[in-house]
This record gives sequence, structure tokens and C-alpha cells, in this order.
Amino acid sequence: MDRRIRILIGKPGLDGHDRGAKYIARALRDAGMEVIYTGIRQTPEAIANAAIQEDVDFIGLSLLSGAHNYLFPEVARLLQEKGAADIILFGGGVIPEEDIPALKKAGFKAIFTPGTAASEVIDFIQNEFQSG
Amino acid sequence: MAQISPDVDLLPSEIDSFIIDVRESRPRGLARVLSMVENGHPSSSMILHSLYNPDRQVKTIGVTGPPGAGKSTLVNLLIDYWRKLNRKVGVIAVDPSSPFSGGALLGDRVRMQTHASDPGVFIRSMGSRGHLGGLSGATRDALEVLTSASYDPVLVETVGVGQAEVEVASIADITLLVLVPGLGDEVQTMKAGIMEIADVIVLNKADRPGIEQLETAVNASLEFVDDRTVRPRVIRCSAQTGEGIDNLTSAVDSLLSSEVVGQDNAKRRTTLILNGIIREKGSDLAKKIISEKYGSINGAIDSVLSGETTPYMIGEMFTGFLEGIQEKDNGSKQD
Repeated sequence: MDRRIRILIGKPGLDGHDRGAKYIARALRDAGMEVIYTGIRQTPEAIANAAIQEDVDFIGLSLLSGAHNYLFPEVARLLQEKGAADIILFGGGVIPEEDIPALKKAGFKAIFTPGTAASEVIDFIQNEFQSG
Repeated sequence: MAQISPDVDLLPSEIDSFIIDVRESRPRGLARVLSMVENGHPSSSMILHSLYNPDRQVKTIGVTGPPGAGKSTLVNLLIDYWRKLNRKVGVIAVDPSSPFSGGALLGDRVRMQTHASDPGVFIRSMGSRGHLGGLSGATRDALEVLTSASYDPVLVETVGVGQAEVEVASIADITLLVLVPGLGDEVQTMKAGIMEIADVIVLNKADRPGIEQLETAVNASLEFVDDRTVRPRVIRCSAQTGEGIDNLTSAVDSLLSSEVVGQDNAKRRTTLILNGIIREKGSDLAKKIISEKYGSINGAIDSVLSGETTPYMIGEMFTGFLEGIQEKDNGSKQD
């Protein structure tokens, strides 16, 4: 069976800074994954629905605007509601250290802050995929 | 929903429940079935077998053309159109997989995300996974799945293509070829291949310079279409400004409702699927026979490199093998 890691990279909310999201999407592509890129200014609903239709293993959210404390948990809540809580969530962007514990509690397996090497994200995904 | 083990057959009850998910268009189960089909899960044949309906009435539309021509944007506008008529729309969007990493950036959704919150629209992206021809190896079967759900029409968007990728025309009832100005002179439109498969030729980006030359060249190339074949409609439009979109939707609609379109659907699909199965199973069988004799495919390659045989001699082995089967057959008939 030809199984590939499928992953959705999305930007919820009004933040249009997508350099980081595109960089990660490209790095994951080069690591052999199928990356569904949904572009900027997505509602949590649109991200959750797309993730389900695409049957992804992971969702990576990127946000630089400061609205992560609302938008990230909202995606987690919608996945739960739609019976898709098994999709592994991670986030990245400008996220203060003190916000990370609450996001993890909301269901985010990892939060990557500025300066993270792409290889670190790839390792995280591959480890989670193998143990999942 | 629980994860599916990649190499273990599903229980009959699990297969039944997935079939209900597909028929009732439940997104999670439908998406899982599409993954099983795409990944060649051992139970996917049973699911496809149960869903297969030769008398399918759902119409399918292929959208093809070079990269950046506006295929996804036009698909998005077509979804808009059918949603206003309250029809549920399915989309399969194929993008290329890397020949090196096997990874893919599936970006067609970006142009269609306005429909992501609409339960009447189901969009699935697929990597081409090494398949040439503008689709992926599993697109044909994925289309069987999506047309078994309640989506009608279902669109298939190919990877950005060049000249020879005509496969989409064989899986879809009608095919739209999207062209844009500035990709070459008249000689390009004279070439065989992709110019011959379209039912509608969309001249997109009509707001760009060069559109007149493109239209002239396309029309000139169609002068040679003989009387037996239906001449494709040529429609100038701009997905950006909305110019010509009404002409496009009405052309597509009138084609879809014409009696000729989809008439050969059952025979065409059955032929296509069977040919696909012959290719896949034939190749599996050949690999098995070679591996049996040489240990593995690499073992066969090593034998060639060490001068013991040539690839052609390995091929000849099959002639003998098939004759062996025929003799056996004849022998058993005489008994």
C-alpha cells in the first residue's frame, strides 16, 4: 500500500503573512509529504472541513497576528465536533511562551516559535506518524 | 474515526459501513474511502465493486490546460454556478508529485476555499504519484467513488499539462481545455494531442494582450475538424473580470444536457477500468514471475549486468510461459 503522510497547512484569521506557512509547506513537500495548502484568511470551519475532505493526518496552523488563543483552539473544537479529533494538530508563528501550555491543553501537540529549523518540524511529524 | 491499518483487510461490516458513508456523502467516511482507493488498500477493490454502477447518471467534467492557465479559478466559478442551482458538486484536483521526494504541494484548493464551509461541495486533492498523463493512477477509481456519493456534476482538474496529456478525456463525459495568450504561436495549436480532445476550448485571461491572436489560431486549427466529429466550442473569458463566464456555463450546461454526452458512459468506463486492471495486474504478475526466477527485480538486473542474460531474454521468458498455459489448457480440455 502506497501510504503518504498528508498534511494541511493553513492560516486562520485575518493575518496575511504567509512566508512562514509557505516555507514549511515547501519543506514538508521536500520531505516526501503531500501538503494541502489552503492559503490565507481561512475560517476555522473552512480549515476543519478541508482537513476532513482531504483525510489528512496532520494540520499545521500558522499565525503571526496574536489571535492564536482563540483561533487555534477553535479548530481543535470543530475537529472534535466533526468526529475528527484523531487529526494531529500543531501550530507555529509568533506565539509567546506563556500561551503555549493552554494551546497544548486545547489539543496542540507542538507549537513552533520563530527560529525553529524545518528539520525539527519534519522530525516531529515523522515521529508522531510512526507512533500513531 | 479509528485509523485504518494499511495492510489488513477490513471486516465485511466495516466495508458495509464505508459504503453507506459514501452513498450518504458523509465527509469523514467518504474521505477515508478515497484514501483507501488512492493508497491501494487491500479492501478498496471490494468497496469499488460494491459501488460500481454501470448505469451511472452523474455527469463528469474534465478541466485541463497548462500550469497557471486558470483551471482552478474556473472550476471555482463553475462550482459557484451549480451551487446557485442547488446542485451538489464534487471536485478532484490533481497536482504533480515530486519525482525525487514523492512529496507534493497540493495547491488547487486555494482558489476554491470559499466553498470549504459548504456541505454541498466536496473537494479532494490528489498527488499524481508518478503517473503520467495529467492524472494520478487512482483518479479514475476516485471518480467512481465520488460519483457514487450524491455529487452531480463531478469535476476533475488535471495537473498543469502540455501537449500530450489527454487521459482526462477518457474518464470525463466532457472536457474543457483552458488556454491563455502568450504561450506560443499558431504552430502550437496545429499540433496533435491535447488540441484534439476538447469539447470546449476556453480562452482564459481574455483581458491580457495576445487574446486576438490566440483566438484566430485556435479557430484556424479547428477548420480541419471533419464533419464526423463535433467541432468544439471556443469561448473567450476572463475569470478575473467575469467576462464570458455566462457563455461558458451555458455551453457546458447545454453539452451536459445533450443526449450524445455520456451516452457511451457505461461502455467507456467499463473498458477503461478493465484496461487499467489489466495493466496493474499484468505488471504485478510479471514482477512476480521475474522475481520467482531471479529472486527479485534487482536480481534480474544483476543477471543482466553480469552478462548472463539480457532484458529481452527475460521478456522472451513470458512467451514460453504463456505457451505453457495454453498447452495446459488444451491438455485439460482433451481429458
